[in-house]
Amino acid sequence: MSALDVAIARKTYRKGSGITALAELAFAVPAGQFLCIVGPSGCGKTTLLSVVAGLDRDFEGTVGRGADARIGFVFQTPRLMPWLSARDNVRLALEPRPREEGRAEALLREMNLNGQLNSYPGHLSGGQQRRVALARAFVNEPELLLLDEPFTSLDAPTAQQLRDLLLALWQKQRPTVLFVTHDLREALSLGDRILFLSAGPGRIVLDLPVELARPRLPDSPAVEAARKRLLDIYPDLLRGLDAPKRAEDAA
Amino acid sequence: MSFARSSLNDTGLRLLSALLLLAVWQAASLSGSALLPGPVAVARALIDDAANGYLLSDLGYTLVRVIAAFVVAMAVGSAIGMLMGRSRRVDGLFDLWLVLGLNIPALVIIILCYLWIGLDETAAIAAVALNKIPQTATILREGARSVDASLLQVAEVFGLPWLRKMRSTYLPQLYPYFMAAARSGLSLIWKIVLVVELIGRSNGVGFRLGLYFQFFDIANILAYSASFIAIVLAIEGFLIRPLERRLTRWRQ
Repeated sequence: MSALDVAIARKTYRKGSGITALAELAFAVPAGQFLCIVGPSGCGKTTLLSVVAGLDRDFEGTVGRGADARIGFVFQTPRLMPWLSARDNVRLALEPRPREEGRAEALLREMNLNGQLNSYPGHLSGGQQRRVALARAFVNEPELLLLDEPFTSLDAPTAQQLRDLLLALWQKQRPTVLFVTHDLREALSLGDRILFLSAGPGRIVLDLPVELARPRLPDSPAVEAARKRLLDIYPDLLRGLDAPKRAEDAA
Repeated sequence: MSFARSSLNDTGLRLLSALLLLAVWQAASLSGSALLPGPVAVARALIDDAANGYLLSDLGYTLVRVIAAFVVAMAVGSAIGMLMGRSRRVDGLFDLWLVLGLNIPALVIIILCYLWIGLDETAAIAAVALNKIPQTATILREGARSVDASLLQVAEVFGLPWLRKMRSTYLPQLYPYFMAAARSGLSLIWKIVLVVELIGRSNGVGFRLGLYFQFFDIANILAYSASFIAIVLAIEGFLIRPLERRLTRWRQ
């Protein structure tokens, strides 16, 4: 049984350009799967997440995810409320009920932010802000977690720390994950499966299961070898050009 | 040198400035002209007014009118401004009204309110509020236009109910605009309240100033003005500024 069923016939921006962002995009994600979505910039990855999250309802097609599935979202920028402390930013995602009391604090402590509970985002480093954003996404134990290039513009070690944290939390809570990135190494190191999208309007070019053993690091030989093999078979993949769907050759 | 300078910068400089004003005033009044009584004469008038009871009751009436008009103007003006800032259609529909409202002379609104509603308290407060509403609406419209929608999306994704969404993600973005509107509102409103009282009320600072105008009593005119300015400064210092500090604590 799949946790998420996406069937978008067409998504066009009516205002302004009238650009078609997504066309004939259909896929299903089984519960608990870590799915990475890779595509060139402008292929509609962010639009896809908005549609799945229900932020954008102006499209032709259907998104099946259970009407009141809890959703977690990590945006490209942390999007913390500058006027709320780290603790209150995380609590924003919780219902204000007694039984939820202490959850935000516990999660932030788990993420090594014990000393920053009462700090405002303006006083946190970029990496700390991302951790708070990650805590906010996980605090209500989402069934579906959407991440939109969450670790770009961070230095490599910080990004890797956050990836490890993400994987640890995912393995603990097991939400279904949609992780959007344009970094093939990152996708290969994180995902159970990768969808490659074409340049806009985004369509699926390749649906690739990743069967490398975990844990894997983005710069490990296994990931590097998989990446090389993939690009040898589909040299145009990252440019988002059409390629034959022969996933079994690559993985 | 730098120490002396930094200690002068704050309270010291303000105190010096106040003393300078008093000194200039005293020097100017030395000619003995009835047109400009000195600080001592005004202080004496102030004490007399306070002793006979008129001053406090007049200040009270005026203050209540200021507060009532302020609350109405802030509530109505903010609501209009937020609606206009949010929806381009509403903005297009009412922009002309706003421009009109901003440019009608205060006196015209006051006279019309007295003529239409009658010479009563409702008309007085309505006239003052109507004078301030367009300004509040304009400031809040600017605020609503500059709201960062990406933060509102966060509230939407996490399924926050409307009230919580407003309180945690929308209104805090408007606080600086509320404060700006409140500040400029307070100083505008109390000036208009005096005119309203002068024209159509039989108590309050404005009414009393009109009376002293007929008697050519400049010492009392200055005494009444000074005491109400003191009240407005107190509201600014003990209410508005601490509130602002609280609301913008996260910026420090």
